[in-house]
Amino acid sequence: MDITVNILLTIATAATPLLIAAIGELVVERSGVLNLGVEGMMIMGAVGGFGAGYLTGSPWIGLLAAIALGAVFSLLFAVMTLSLATNQVATGLSLTLLGLGLSGMMGTSFVGQPGARLPNLDIPGLTAIPVVGRLLFGQDPIFYISIALTAAVMWFLFKTRTGLTLRSIGDSHTSAHALGIHVIRYRYLAVIFGGACAGLAGGHLSLVYTPQWVENMTAGRGWIALALVVFASWRPWRVLAGAYIFGAVWIGQLHAQAFGIPVPSQLLSSLPYLATIVVLVLISRNKRLTMMNTPASLGQPFVPDR
Amino acid sequence: MKKLLIALVTTAAALSLAATAEAQEKLKACWVYTGPIGDFGYSYQHDQGRLDVEKALGDKVETAYLENVSEGPDADRAFERLAREGCKIIFGTSFGFMDPEVKVAKKFPDVMFEHATGYKTSDNLGIYNARFYEGRYILGQIAAKQSKSGVAGYIVSFPIPEVVMGINSFMLGAQSINPDFKAKIVWVNSWFDPGKEADAAKALFDQGADIIVQHTDSTAALQVAEERGLQGFGQSSDMIKFAPKAQLTSIVDDWGPYYVSRVKAALDGTWKPGNVWLGIKDGAVKMAAYTNMPDDVKAMAQATEKKIVDGWNPFTGPIAKQDGTPWLKEGEVADDGTLLGMNFYVKGVDDKLPQ
Repeated sequence: MDITVNILLTIATAATPLLIAAIGELVVERSGVLNLGVEGMMIMGAVGGFGAGYLTGSPWIGLLAAIALGAVFSLLFAVMTLSLATNQVATGLSLTLLGLGLSGMMGTSFVGQPGARLPNLDIPGLTAIPVVGRLLFGQDPIFYISIALTAAVMWFLFKTRTGLTLRSIGDSHTSAHALGIHVIRYRYLAVIFGGACAGLAGGHLSLVYTPQWVENMTAGRGWIALALVVFASWRPWRVLAGAYIFGAVWIGQLHAQAFGIPVPSQLLSSLPYLATIVVLVLISRNKRLTMMNTPASLGQPFVPDR
Repeated sequence: MKKLLIALVTTAAALSLAATAEAQEKLKACWVYTGPIGDFGYSYQHDQGRLDVEKALGDKVETAYLENVSEGPDADRAFERLAREGCKIIFGTSFGFMDPEVKVAKKFPDVMFEHATGYKTSDNLGIYNARFYEGRYILGQIAAKQSKSGVAGYIVSFPIPEVVMGINSFMLGAQSINPDFKAKIVWVNSWFDPGKEADAAKALFDQGADIIVQHTDSTAALQVAEERGLQGFGQSSDMIKFAPKAQLTSIVDDWGPYYVSRVKAALDGTWKPGNVWLGIKDGAVKMAAYTNMPDDVKAMAQATEKKIVDGWNPFTGPIAKQDGTPWLKEGEVADDGTLLGMNFYVKGVDDKLPQ
């Protein structure tokens, strides 16, 4: 029983950064913007979170710094693609490259230093309950944030008027503009929210997952988050499921190996991407499915006519 | 999305000298790393060696490096670029740079090339390596003494000879203390992914291992051990700061003396492609302080270290292969060629080698 709980806890830790980054990107893409810079914003969050936590000694300040740095960094993307209408794919890719390089430079003095770790939740009485206690009441704070965030985004997108407006912008920015909706303003806010989420996901890596700073420590998780959004066909609850499926597959194969079952670990590592391709093929086979799922103006620059 | 970050490093003194007309021709020495120099592991230690060269040879040399260069054909460009930029001696520091380096060395016969941990040489390509397996034998002995469950968790990257050799040496060391000792082996298919390394460590601990060994580059696994109140070994550099209660010792790479001697040879014009394999005796492999263990275990580790310095090889027979067929006879010592191409397990390893 204990080992099952441990495995579930490990899966939750592995899935949390994927979930947070992907939920942020989902909101961005729902507004019609494709930001491929998730990996870059995530690593900026990781270095910012570690740095602030290390210098002040408080992982909570680190957490805030991670969110702030991710948001500020995404602002760069927003200015380029929204105000200057640059190509979103190219700008997003350069954001990732810039983030990886810049974070390495910022983090030079943090290398080889142990940092601050966010403590796990510990509620007297509740955390000690066998089995469910540690799962429900004994995890790191960012885990709870990730679940709350998913629920909040679901509610926002599908139950509020603002969420409806955001989705309509993603489907047709020209129609939304004609209706008098401030397309660029909405998109700015969406991109910054996505950046804050990516930063938080990076902070999870350097403050909870592996409390240290090393260059490239995101190791491609930003790309998995991007794949996850497509895999989930732009639905928040499917992002949640997808993050946990990807996490479970990864942790499962490690356990299988340790148990002595030979598994093709290279194949399993590529599974998130393969699954995404399969979903893309399924969606794009049918025109109705494409229209129902994909934000129609995704990736297209919008220049309001004056 | 692989980034190729170039950082040209010159000392201020070197810069001012370069400005003067009568400045003597400086030798440009260059390095190619597979990881970031900020990994606090393998690439970090190579870069410390580069800094030692700068310190020792001062304004006679100029150094440059390329980090995060992916292994395989992509590395061609990195080596070619350095050769074109005037590097006179180039060190490739990872196994996967072997074929690219052989190819580029052929194109630039006037440039001196050195490759770490490989086995191909040519007229202007020498090889160098460190006998990390010597340290791993000591780790095995300590693990067998310290483990209560008799099971170690072993996190590994890729099934190359270097790694297989390490697993074998570790197991031989462990079995010399406890013949029933087991190691659970997990391949993570990466030299460097802290998150995956931490996950692998958690999985291994969950399955009953109580000592963690790694052949990957980050401190993540050791931090998990620290959190769980269990023990483990560092890798490439001394990681005691990350795991003050968990680190037993660490195999520390020290490339500095070798790099200094080779760049000096290049300066003097006495450089020839070599084939050296340095061990504990030469100071290229060092053991971090033995900590968190009883005195008798520490004494045992030190005795083994001394035995290795005096010339004993952990791969001394009798040793059988995994399937029980004899490999080395009583007193027979494995030759370096076999070790450098090692693609089989010794008896007692509980894993199937990925092909």
